[in-house]
Amino acid sequence: MKSSVITFPGSNCDRDMDVALKKFGFKNKMVWHDDTELPKSDLVVLPGGFSYGDYLRCGSMASKSKIMKSVMNFANSGGMVMGICNGFQILVETGLVPGVLLRNKYLEFICKNVFVKIKNKKNTFFKNIDNDVLEFHIAHNEGNYFCTKDQLKEIEDNEQVAINYCDKDGKTEEQFNPNGSIKNIAGIFNKEKNVLGMMPHPERMIDLSLSGEDGSLFFNNLINNLK
Amino acid sequence: MTANEQVAIDHGLKKDEYAKICKLLKRTPNITELGIFSAMWNEHCSYKSSRLHLKKLPTKGKQVIQGPGENAGVIDIGDDDAIVFKIESHNHPSFIEPYQGAATGVGGIMRDVFTMGARPIANLNSIHFGSPQHKKTKNLLRGVVHGIGGYGNCMGVPTVAGQTNFDSSYNGNILVNAMTLGLVKKDKIFYSKAAGLNKPVIYVGSKTGRDGIHGASMASASFDEKIEEKKPTVQVGDPFTEKLLLEACLELMAGDSIIAIQDMGAAGLTSSSIEMASKGNLGIEINLNKVPCREAKMTPYEIMLSESQERMLIVLESGKEEQAKKIFDKWNLDFAVIGKTTKSKKIELYFNDEQVADIPVNTLVENSPMYDRKWKKTKLPKKNKIKKEDLKNLKIIDVLKKILANPNVCSKEWIWQQYDHTVMGDTIQKPGGDSGVVRVHGTDKAVAASVDSSAVYCWAHPLTGGKQVVCESFRNLISVGAKPIAITNCLNFGSPENEENMGEFVECVQGIGEAAEYLKFPVVSGNVSFYNQTKDEGIKPTPSIGGVGLIKDYKKMITMNLKKVDNIILVIGKTEGHIDQSLFARNILDEKNGPPPEINLFNEKNNGETLLKLINSNLVQSAHDVSVGGIITAVSKMCIKGNKGINLKKPKYLINEIEYFFAEDQGRYIIEITKKDLKKVTDILNKNAVHFDELGTVNENELFINEKTKVTIDELKTSNTSWLTTYMSK
Repeated sequence: MKSSVITFPGSNCDRDMDVALKKFGFKNKMVWHDDTELPKSDLVVLPGGFSYGDYLRCGSMASKSKIMKSVMNFANSGGMVMGICNGFQILVETGLVPGVLLRNKYLEFICKNVFVKIKNKKNTFFKNIDNDVLEFHIAHNEGNYFCTKDQLKEIEDNEQVAINYCDKDGKTEEQFNPNGSIKNIAGIFNKEKNVLGMMPHPERMIDLSLSGEDGSLFFNNLINNLK
Repeated sequence: MTANEQVAIDHGLKKDEYAKICKLLKRTPNITELGIFSAMWNEHCSYKSSRLHLKKLPTKGKQVIQGPGENAGVIDIGDDDAIVFKIESHNHPSFIEPYQGAATGVGGIMRDVFTMGARPIANLNSIHFGSPQHKKTKNLLRGVVHGIGGYGNCMGVPTVAGQTNFDSSYNGNILVNAMTLGLVKKDKIFYSKAAGLNKPVIYVGSKTGRDGIHGASMASASFDEKIEEKKPTVQVGDPFTEKLLLEACLELMAGDSIIAIQDMGAAGLTSSSIEMASKGNLGIEINLNKVPCREAKMTPYEIMLSESQERMLIVLESGKEEQAKKIFDKWNLDFAVIGKTTKSKKIELYFNDEQVADIPVNTLVENSPMYDRKWKKTKLPKKNKIKKEDLKNLKIIDVLKKILANPNVCSKEWIWQQYDHTVMGDTIQKPGGDSGVVRVHGTDKAVAASVDSSAVYCWAHPLTGGKQVVCESFRNLISVGAKPIAITNCLNFGSPENEENMGEFVECVQGIGEAAEYLKFPVVSGNVSFYNQTKDEGIKPTPSIGGVGLIKDYKKMITMNLKKVDNIILVIGKTEGHIDQSLFARNILDEKNGPPPEINLFNEKNNGETLLKLINSNLVQSAHDVSVGGIITAVSKMCIKGNKGINLKKPKYLINEIEYFFAEDQGRYIIEITKKDLKKVTDILNKNAVHFDELGTVNENELFINEKTKVTIDELKTSNTSWLTTYMSK
């Protein structure tokens, strides 16, 4: 399986993602934001970080960079695209997934482990995962997902919610929401479910010595689903 | 403006210093030259009051590759890997403008590390604030934490450990000390020594603006009521540009075109160019019209003294300019050839085709003032006689809860959750432990680091306090299973012109030196911050010690979380019942006098090294050093972190329960071991003549004391975790 990770100026989880993808069997290539063509890929990842310093709205500058045209063509023709954290913010800015990401409710950066409940398993990202609840890691300042009522209805009707913040037993109550996102949303798909944007970092959960191993489960499952 | 004695005084120079400048130049300086002298000769850059004493610190060791004098210290961690590290203060700017002050402190120390070719892999910080009741404290704390996070998070470097203290002596002068560790291959270390004639001098990074002019001079003076006017001397940080600068520099460093490189930190272009010339015994000629400027009509004076951030000066091999420029173009950064190295041994500046400065380099560096300031010795205070009746009425659990909720003991999760501590995917011990630990990427090795200060001990008796901080750093590294290698120090004091403050400095440095020498824990880098005072009131003497150690096999790393019910808890090291200057004495008995606990360096070394032996033989399940709050506080933290309880029993000593549990005798650790290992462990301890007491066994979720008093761990946890969150949300 071939993957590509895009490096924007200010990306800082690009190496971590490269390490994770390779660990679980992907042949990964790093792609520079100023390039115009994507290498042949089964999966394209927009990594976390602070692209262009996030001085405008997070992700907005990156969404206009040269490589994104190819990424959008790739996504629109059914290619698998995943945006993590800043990558999710970039996806939202391109319109590939609906909604916006606001500043965290308590106006503070949050770095900690969280539990997420998988809402939809009928897709290449999550099918065949036995667990309903995964322990992931978040590290962001703008992860407060928001959309209009109409958008929310559409998202729910199309089963576009991927994961929700929850407790270890899968209860998705407000108190387990770290950033104030609408309906505890932590990640969503496009309509076709080939594009996933999420705030949590599975690439930081790939080793028991680190924060945990549910990221390993996610990547292992993903590469098997892609085969 | 023309230069004269009054202008010199306004620049922070003394009358006789101005006279010395005129004598050295054999003429009066012009205003640009005067600005350069004031920047190089201030306390922050010249170390004029401290140099004499810093020379006494031990700086050499088998694993030391580079000691003080470069941008940062470098140590050997085997397999051609080296760790570059340093701690630095950003106290004055952080009090004036907490967000930018703290942010640029973090930015500056990371630049010091990657200037040497190392990729930063961990950040730490030591921050001190005034009393929580003081009206400025909350906003300063919030601003500083946001600033540290804002910069470090964007850079993608994990902040893995730190410490936060509150004391009213910091009401008018907070401390922000930032530390960074970087990883480099031994044969790819870069230095700041220029070499070769007519080599191009290159400016890279951000453009130069009017921010931070005189920052270093501001940091070399006390505060008064006009402090708000000093805001423009605070630099403004841009972590995004620094991230680009980091990647661009590392890309250029992969080749062989750099002769010397120096970041523009305090005193900007002035100190960076002069330092490179001085170390290379060369001259440098700069055309200031070539310096990329952010603002129009900047004068030579402003260009030379600006402390705009995210800039570097490089001496390149001739003919490599185009190749280097390509890299900086790729990262959208300025790149300008602004001058060349010369044989004149002078710093020569040109602007609009006119010479605007012509100063022999040695007058700025070797001939800079050095003072042997008067200082006063601090006598060891007399011991207090604590009345047994005072202790009788105290309920141990109530006292414990108060101590766990004390601002200097409580959980700092509110702070470190705002720092990205997991980016780079190698953090194996997060903040909240004895040390932060990161793996050396792609290897079995891990590096541990901690930062400590003990201002109360240093204030009571600077010599003992200085030793103690080094020992505490040593213990924090041992507790996670790391072999201590070297330290960096950030020496925060009041005015050196005050005999008492100077005495505190001299004796703390002596104490640090003695302990570092004995423990073979040399000082490889550091910085001095004087004038942490407002009007006549100075801070408590606060040397911060950043320690670094190595874990050869990261799987052997130890945490403090209690692991398993029925395991046995021991305390290593003798408990004599020293209560003076303890958190218990100061906060519960309200007794602020008396000597700090004594330091026995033999015991420190022996206890620490024996524990390391136990850890390396896989005999230790968890460990934690005993520090403020004594044995019971240490044990409670292990319970809280591991979600387990303990049945605690005071051994049959002559001292009473309160003294045994809250005393702050030094050189002690709590360890958890399995029942089956008990004999092996006690044999090794006995063989090495290490004193130990058996404290009890691990249980499910309660703290039992001598089978009569008990409290649930949840209750202790609430005491420990709620203070800061509540304080910040009010």
